[in-house]
Amino acid sequence: MFLNWLPENVSIHGAEIDSIFHLIYYITLAWFIVTVGALIVFALLFRRRDGQRAAYITGDRLPHAAWLLIPTALVLMLDLWIDFRGGDAWARVKLHAPPSELQIQVTGKQFNWEILYPGPDGRFGTPDDLQIDNELHVAVNRVVGLTLKSKDVIHSLYLPNLRLQQNVIPGREFHAWFQATKPGVFEIPCLELCGFGHSGMVGHLIVHTAEEYDKWVKEQWPAPSSPLKESDQP
Amino acid sequence: MGEGTVASPVKPPQGIRPTMSHRARVDPIRLPVARTAHEDRSFWRTYIFSTDHKTIAKQYLFLALFMALLGGYLVYVMRWQLAFPDTSIPGFGFVGPETYNALTTNHGTIMVFFVAMPILLGAFGNFLIPLMIGARDMAFPRLNMLSFWILFASSLVIMSSFFVPGGAAAAGWTGYAPLSARTEYTGVNWGINLWLLAHALEFASFLMGGVNFLTTAITMRAPGMTFFRLPLLVWQQMTASVIFLLSVGPLIAGAVMLLMDRLLGTSFFVPEQGGDPLLWQHLFWFFGHPEVYVLLMPGLGAVLEVLAVFSRKSIFGYRWIIYSTISVGFLSLIVWAHHMFISGMDPRLAMPFSITTILISVPIALIVFSMILTLWKGSIRFTPPMLWALGFIVMFILGGLTGIVLGSAPVNIQVHGTYFVVAHFHTVLLSVVIFGSFTGIYFWFPKMFGRMMNVPLSNLHFLLTLIFFNLTFFPMHAVGLAGMPRRITNPLQYEFLQPVQSLNVYITLSALGLTLAQFLFLINFVWSIVAGRKAEDNPWESATLEWTAPSPPPHGNWGDTIPTVYRGPYEYSPPGVREDFLPQDLAPSARSD
Repeated sequence: MFLNWLPENVSIHGAEIDSIFHLIYYITLAWFIVTVGALIVFALLFRRRDGQRAAYITGDRLPHAAWLLIPTALVLMLDLWIDFRGGDAWARVKLHAPPSELQIQVTGKQFNWEILYPGPDGRFGTPDDLQIDNELHVAVNRVVGLTLKSKDVIHSLYLPNLRLQQNVIPGREFHAWFQATKPGVFEIPCLELCGFGHSGMVGHLIVHTAEEYDKWVKEQWPAPSSPLKESDQP
Repeated sequence: MGEGTVASPVKPPQGIRPTMSHRARVDPIRLPVARTAHEDRSFWRTYIFSTDHKTIAKQYLFLALFMALLGGYLVYVMRWQLAFPDTSIPGFGFVGPETYNALTTNHGTIMVFFVAMPILLGAFGNFLIPLMIGARDMAFPRLNMLSFWILFASSLVIMSSFFVPGGAAAAGWTGYAPLSARTEYTGVNWGINLWLLAHALEFASFLMGGVNFLTTAITMRAPGMTFFRLPLLVWQQMTASVIFLLSVGPLIAGAVMLLMDRLLGTSFFVPEQGGDPLLWQHLFWFFGHPEVYVLLMPGLGAVLEVLAVFSRKSIFGYRWIIYSTISVGFLSLIVWAHHMFISGMDPRLAMPFSITTILISVPIALIVFSMILTLWKGSIRFTPPMLWALGFIVMFILGGLTGIVLGSAPVNIQVHGTYFVVAHFHTVLLSVVIFGSFTGIYFWFPKMFGRMMNVPLSNLHFLLTLIFFNLTFFPMHAVGLAGMPRRITNPLQYEFLQPVQSLNVYITLSALGLTLAQFLFLINFVWSIVAGRKAEDNPWESATLEWTAPSPPPHGNWGDTIPTVYRGPYEYSPPGVREDFLPQDLAPSARSD
């Protein structure tokens, strides 16, 4: 029943995160039913009856202790299963970013996302850089690399539809990436308490189709040159 | 039996004649303490500045219940605001975002440090450790009194912080720097300073308490009370004390550094001058996560005692639980960074911490299995404490399992910082703080106050709490999965949260029901203290030592002799004995004829 509550996934790596969530969901659901079921059955079955004494079982030694140790061993195995599945997914999202096709810098400050586009030359710190607050324009099916910064306190960039979150800390620079699989407009709430304007600190991710994106680029940088150099980012 | 008479420790079960042998031993060192029970003490020394561990335990309990009302009031304002944003809240008025942040911050701080710890450690630990091990008081009674009064001062400090210019602390109960380190980021100046001061006093109080607990439990056990005859609650209070003592030091250092950043302009956590905001998070969570287990352990202990008594069965796997408890204590010290998967720490650290985090579920699972297996072939009595204990197990399993979702690093990316976290830690922590505490309070109330609580009212309180608890926190998981951020003032500011707003209203109404249900307890509690039926010494027919003292026990707990211990704490329904329990202090020779 909870599976439907996750927002629609529109990223290429999100499906894997969702599948681990599903794995955990079914394992924990099964454990819940088995353990709470046993509890309820035992409680009803062994309720006080006149003339009936409780059994004397300490459970400290085998074979009784096996009733403790075997389920515990099973828990350990399931735990390791979840961890090993998780390790691969984590590495893909956070450790091994593919080369980015669009590079954009996002800076959190009380209480906006400053979004900086490198412009047609593909480099930051040149006159054609363009800053638009709270609007992150990208093209569908392209690997977007984000450089993340903060100007004041800790914020957290959260893209629920893309299964992406990263805290930004003043004085440091972080890298994140995503590849959106579907055009649309998605919200970017700040997820770390950052002061009195934390509530309502929200940007928008606008995922364009390839044609729309080219059109948007032409509107922002009316120059004739190619909008962005691809694959030459650091 | 009157105060000061030589107490018969327990009414011997029929057919078993107690010998005098185990009563003949008079402890010359402890005798004078017992005699003080006869002396007239002033009102102040008896009820206010008392060194009696039982009085101090009650003081912790009363303080915690008062602070719970305050923390509950804060959450009432918060939930109303979330359900009906920017409307006037009955009994409060409009709440702005600055005030809202102060409410969340102090709700967390008050509930963890001024409600949960005083009840589970302060009240249960103080009341039960000496009584359960057969000691006349704590090892350091005056230090014990000082611990309470420092906590009292600390609670005055945290309450006064609401009335200083700029208002109370508003940087979250986790106080992440640099938000908490510079006044201009929150607009709160003295609020955060006082918040830090309150923590400092709180930690000093529980540090002294922890030293006292450990010293008492290790050095003052009655004759025959070996470590493996200790009730599990004592083991768990000891483990909690050790974890607290080991983990709180780094946070005290951190709090001093943060205070210096604020008052002296140093820069331990402010990056512009070379500080590191992540250092604060490491120091905070190095304490903050073990703290969860510091709270859990005494709750588990209370539940285990109750399960054995009302199943009339030995705890299944007593020694395994002790080993698991120690393992949990150790593991709890190496899981802290699971709060920081997406904080910006080296991402290669995520998997090691994910593994330790999920591994801690192994010894915890063993304890849960043991609780369930204790019921197997028991003779279960559904008394109020037993209902709370069973409720605890169910809620604790639910809260523990959702922790696996958060403990998995990749899934954490999606749910970190959302209401899923809020739902998880309220389920798991309140299973301890609500269900665990009430298990203990309903169970030991007769010993504490010498009277019984009203049973139908207790049962109704349990039923309504169980229902409203789940109606409140279960849908919160869904809101969290939908992505609702923590600590926001107004969900209507987000388009993607519009579909869950009806759930927010529903959660708020359920939370109101949960709060109102607690007044049933308060009425029962106060009424029973004044006019409850007088309790016998051992109304639940329990085998542990606290029930061998009179109800309520006098200063010094036992008459001229302290009990001698002959067996483990859970000898229920042993073969070859007519009665269905053997008190720990019943001499073996009494059984032979």
